[in-house]
Amino acid sequence: MDKNFLNDFPILRSKMNGHTLAYLDNSATTQKPESVVRSICGYYGGCNANPHRGVYELSVKATKVYEEARRKVADFLNATPREIIFTKNATESLNLIAYSYGLTNLRGDDEILITIAEHHSNLVPWQRVAQATGAKLNYIYLSADGNLSAADITAKLTPRTKILAVTQISNVLGLVNDVKTLATQAHEVGAVIVVDGSQSVPHIPVDVRDLDADFLAFSGHKMLSPMGIGVLYGKRKLLEEMPPFLSGGDMIEYVEEQTTTYAELPQKFEAGTQNVGGAAGLSAAIDYLRGVGFDTIERIEHDLTTFAVDELKRLPYVELYGCDAANKIGIVSFNVKDVHPHDVATILDAEGVAIRAGHHCAQPLIKYLGQTATCRASFYFYNTRRDVERLIEAIQKVRGVMHLA
Amino acid sequence: MLENIYTELIAEHSQSRDNRRCLEHATISERGHNPSCGDEITLELEVADGTIKDAAFSGAGCAISQASTDMMIELMRGKTVDEARRLAELFIKMIQGEVTDDAELDELDEAAALKNISTMPARVKCATLAWHTLDTAVEKLGGDVRA
Repeated sequence: MDKNFLNDFPILRSKMNGHTLAYLDNSATTQKPESVVRSICGYYGGCNANPHRGVYELSVKATKVYEEARRKVADFLNATPREIIFTKNATESLNLIAYSYGLTNLRGDDEILITIAEHHSNLVPWQRVAQATGAKLNYIYLSADGNLSAADITAKLTPRTKILAVTQISNVLGLVNDVKTLATQAHEVGAVIVVDGSQSVPHIPVDVRDLDADFLAFSGHKMLSPMGIGVLYGKRKLLEEMPPFLSGGDMIEYVEEQTTTYAELPQKFEAGTQNVGGAAGLSAAIDYLRGVGFDTIERIEHDLTTFAVDELKRLPYVELYGCDAANKIGIVSFNVKDVHPHDVATILDAEGVAIRAGHHCAQPLIKYLGQTATCRASFYFYNTRRDVERLIEAIQKVRGVMHLA
Repeated sequence: MLENIYTELIAEHSQSRDNRRCLEHATISERGHNPSCGDEITLELEVADGTIKDAAFSGAGCAISQASTDMMIELMRGKTVDEARRLAELFIKMIQGEVTDDAELDELDEAAALKNISTMPARVKCATLAWHTLDTAVEKLGGDVRA
């Protein structure tokens, strides 16, 4: 019997439209346990000062909180602390790579390869790099089960490819890409691999050394942390060769009137006062996740996903996307026949069931699937089978409410 | 609460095909969309002598956005451009909860049935999409058609 996680997440006991909240929008953001909230309060209540700047004890304390968080993230990913850059979220991390690495290293006859299943944050920055450098942006499309087309990978990953940018887990389909193999394939043609870990790092163990990822980005808020703290991992050699992204305070060594030399890693990429309270929260979140254990997290999410897919398949008016592949985790996209996802979400909301409806910041994928929008239920370890049952019960009411039944 | 939103009238209008077509003599075609949720319509107007002779639309979206567009088209057909803009403003004020008096809303005809959307902040944009699009379209037409 698993621990009752609800005790750590009081928000999950709150009432929505007269029903207890069934929060099934974890791919968008997760709830925060009390230990994370306490760590943020603890930082601002007892340790707040500008880190790296003051010689006084309080500033030293703040620096310690910040750098300990960095060490914890490094350890969590099997990286070294100087390879961990704090950002505000995965979007900023991916933009940092696009602007600092992409704009510097790409030329007109180079190619960038991404997948059709990318979130806009791992797509739009590459469009801009392609437009600015003249490089070509290519796409890996999907096979029938929703996984990346192996034929496309072979055909499109060529010596002209300089960057392969791919999500480890699709935020719409929940399918896990074999990033380790993709990294080997990318390196064979001389490309770097950029991994969007936004949906993977919160749910499965991620070891950047084992994956041999060149860059990996994720957001804290999708893994129990506050909003506004994110991470960029980069191999030290690559980060050292890259120019800064943002410039200003704290990222310098010497500033003269006309020139500047930059600070060492990781400060080179952390201009201005950073989100130390957020880093404290992320640190506490990692402690919490380790306490639960990824074995438990994966087991619970697998059970909930399988249960939800099995139950949804019983409903003849529900269409599922990417639900026939085995490498699936935590995310279920579907549509109710003849009902727009926003109407489904409104009807579910009236039952206290919170899901996402729309394009999920992946418009090219939704279009590729032949849809204009989908409903998405996404789970975390604190969800229960009862949440799934309530999802199904609410979906069964949808067509009736819409006068279609 | 839901029964007051997803009424039979709204269901009928959202499924109706009558106004989903292309106009042969469209004076202007205006695209409206909500980027955050994906509702999308293309509104066509045939305007002559300052009057909306005909209107039609195509697009995809939730029942609220589609029903609202359908109702708007039925209301606007035959109205002067000035009248159309005034009614669009009245509708938007109703959805924003600024006008609540039923007598005042009477001239919105069936579209007044969307009044309850004002209690659902997440769906306000769905209800007002067509009306903002109409407003943009007639603004683009400017004084030309009224002459």
